[in-house]
Amino acid sequence: MSKYTEDDLREELKTKEYEYGFYTDIESDTIPIGLSEEVVKTISKKKGEPAWMTDWRLEAFRIWEVMKEPEWANVNYVKPDFQAISYYSAPNKKPKYNSLDEVDPELLATFKKLGISLDEQKKLSGVAMDVVIDSVSVATTFKKTLSEKGIIFCSISEAIQEHPELVKKYIGSVVPRTDNFYAALNSAVFSDGSFCYIPKGVKCPMELSTYFRINQAGTGQFERTLVIADKESYVSYLEGCTAPSRDENQLHAAVVELIALDEAEIKYSTVQNWYPGNAEGQGGVYNFVTKRGLCEKRAKISWTQVETGSAVTWKYPSCILKGDYSVGEFYSIAVTNNFQQADTGTKMIHLGKHTKSTIISKGISAGKSQNSYRGLVQISSRADQARNFSQCDSLLMGDECGAHTFPYIEVKNNTAKIEHEATTSKIGEDQIFYCNQRGIATEKAIALIVNGFSKEVLNKLPMEFAVEAQKLLEISLEGSVG
Amino acid sequence: MLKIKDLHASIDDKDILRGINLEIKAGEVHAIMGPNGSGKSTLASVIAGREDYEVTQGSIELDGTSLEELSAEERAHKGIFLSFQYPVEIPGVSVTNFIKTAINENRKGKGLEDMPANEMLKKIKEKSELLEIDRKFLSRSLNTGFSGGEKKRNEIFQMAMLEPKLAILDETDSGLDIDAMRIVADGVNTLKNKNNAIVVITHYQRLLDYIVPDFVHVLYNGRIVKSGGKELALELEAKGYDWIKSDVTV
Repeated sequence: MSKYTEDDLREELKTKEYEYGFYTDIESDTIPIGLSEEVVKTISKKKGEPAWMTDWRLEAFRIWEVMKEPEWANVNYVKPDFQAISYYSAPNKKPKYNSLDEVDPELLATFKKLGISLDEQKKLSGVAMDVVIDSVSVATTFKKTLSEKGIIFCSISEAIQEHPELVKKYIGSVVPRTDNFYAALNSAVFSDGSFCYIPKGVKCPMELSTYFRINQAGTGQFERTLVIADKESYVSYLEGCTAPSRDENQLHAAVVELIALDEAEIKYSTVQNWYPGNAEGQGGVYNFVTKRGLCEKRAKISWTQVETGSAVTWKYPSCILKGDYSVGEFYSIAVTNNFQQADTGTKMIHLGKHTKSTIISKGISAGKSQNSYRGLVQISSRADQARNFSQCDSLLMGDECGAHTFPYIEVKNNTAKIEHEATTSKIGEDQIFYCNQRGIATEKAIALIVNGFSKEVLNKLPMEFAVEAQKLLEISLEGSVG
Repeated sequence: MLKIKDLHASIDDKDILRGINLEIKAGEVHAIMGPNGSGKSTLASVIAGREDYEVTQGSIELDGTSLEELSAEERAHKGIFLSFQYPVEIPGVSVTNFIKTAINENRKGKGLEDMPANEMLKKIKEKSELLEIDRKFLSRSLNTGFSGGEKKRNEIFQMAMLEPKLAILDETDSGLDIDAMRIVADGVNTLKNKNNAIVVITHYQRLLDYIVPDFVHVLYNGRIVKSGGKELALELEAKGYDWIKSDVTV
């Protein structure tokens, strides 16, 4: 038997979805707006959590209460009213629309371009479906392959019930509750998320993807992800979906923690395409995310992200290179168009000796958008022979957008070797005319130039994700040159 | 094939072309010479459809169809090719990927399917051998860090791949050493046939030793002031442009 791949799973999703049952609509279960200790307790109780988890959340709430929302990022937005949000809503099974005809045709056109199947289109836009992929049954096949290897891949809620010892040990160990305003908030009220554990010496045979779990757990606005790679193990994890996600929740504050024990490797790839607001800059999601990984000895963590959505993005996937000879990588493409604002980058904290980090950031700004790279490279006093290479490239389209680079470098060890390169370029009329003259129309020419610019990062994505991401880049910039 | 009648064009309200008349038939090679600033490159850009220039008077026809309403890419689909004097860099896009995209976009413009991969590879191999281009070159980013000679050779490679009806070579000889010029000229001569036409824009006579023109036109102050056979180029070389300038009262 050859190994079970994602393609097999997809095939199965296609062919088996009709075999499984119908679901019954349940009443939406939402608690009143506002945030207090009582609300936190209610959330924990509704989820049937053990006392230690409730206490952990409450402590987070107390921390959050006295914290202030950060203002240092290069973004402008109306601050959310945290007392005007409802912090718990059971998966709402009530469809938003009765048929695809009612869905925004623009959204459907995008789905079509991305090659998303009709059923998936319905799922993603919130159309009622008479038959759904039964998450339990699909997950069963999926999980069987994984469990043979001892891999745990489930929702964080399930992990709290089934694997409390792992959750207790690692949750908040990389992103402590005190870390920042949004991390504290998430810790207090997180709705659900993913949990993954790869046992010692195991190479996960397939890419783990939340995409296949879209109906297993509504990710909600406060998502919590915990990935633990035990010694000498390997996992590649894909998060997000290229399909545009329209969501009524304006604020998204997720926390992702990665733990790579000795000689383990975690590859974490994200494609983020939350609703960016309309062309006039109204609406859109605020995406305030804390992502951080811890590397033990000779471990490696790679963050790869393609960020095209959200009205405001505030996100810095980081690596703490604690173990000697550990490696951190950050590859990022951030696209902003219309009135989008992104302040994104990474932190590479070198604690161990001979630690190495690489940062490749590609920012593409169009329309009236603002795109900032913010990165910290920190070499501690005992991190002998640490090395970092950073490259930040910005591509501008038109005269009304902005690209900004804020690199911070703190070195406390004189054996460190740090390189930083930055470029800013503009898609020029000369380039466009050159392409036009070769028979390539302007939209296609821009796609070609942008893909060329982003190539180093696209190459780091798993093959299939890369193809989708490439299409997504083209779509995100459509109409951005008049 | 190409008929230009009383063509006037300007950029930023500055008149550059002031009444060009030119007819080019299939199978012919025309050379356009002239001093700096006479409008040679503008003429090439206007034929190719660059939007920065405004055609204020006159017409350009290709095979009896007016080009006036056509965009640059539509003109390319009709078989107009411009070898740029300064080819632009596109980092991250390989020579192969670029030409593949160009060929398929041209095919799409004509309502054809993409060229099958094996056919594409075969053609790339054949044409790159013709121009003595090695495999490594094909995977480099388009024009990025290319020497002057490499850029021009790549232009002619694209011409060979696209097989245009009308190829305009704008100062293709500039930046070329004698060996590179021979390779480029050999390439162009191989591609020449009775169904296509070539316009060579050059400042100097030397490229015309290799690509021999049927007609030579002298452009000065936005007009063609003298036309003749290939011997006109030699005469220009001997006497210099001052001879033309003093001959013409503008």
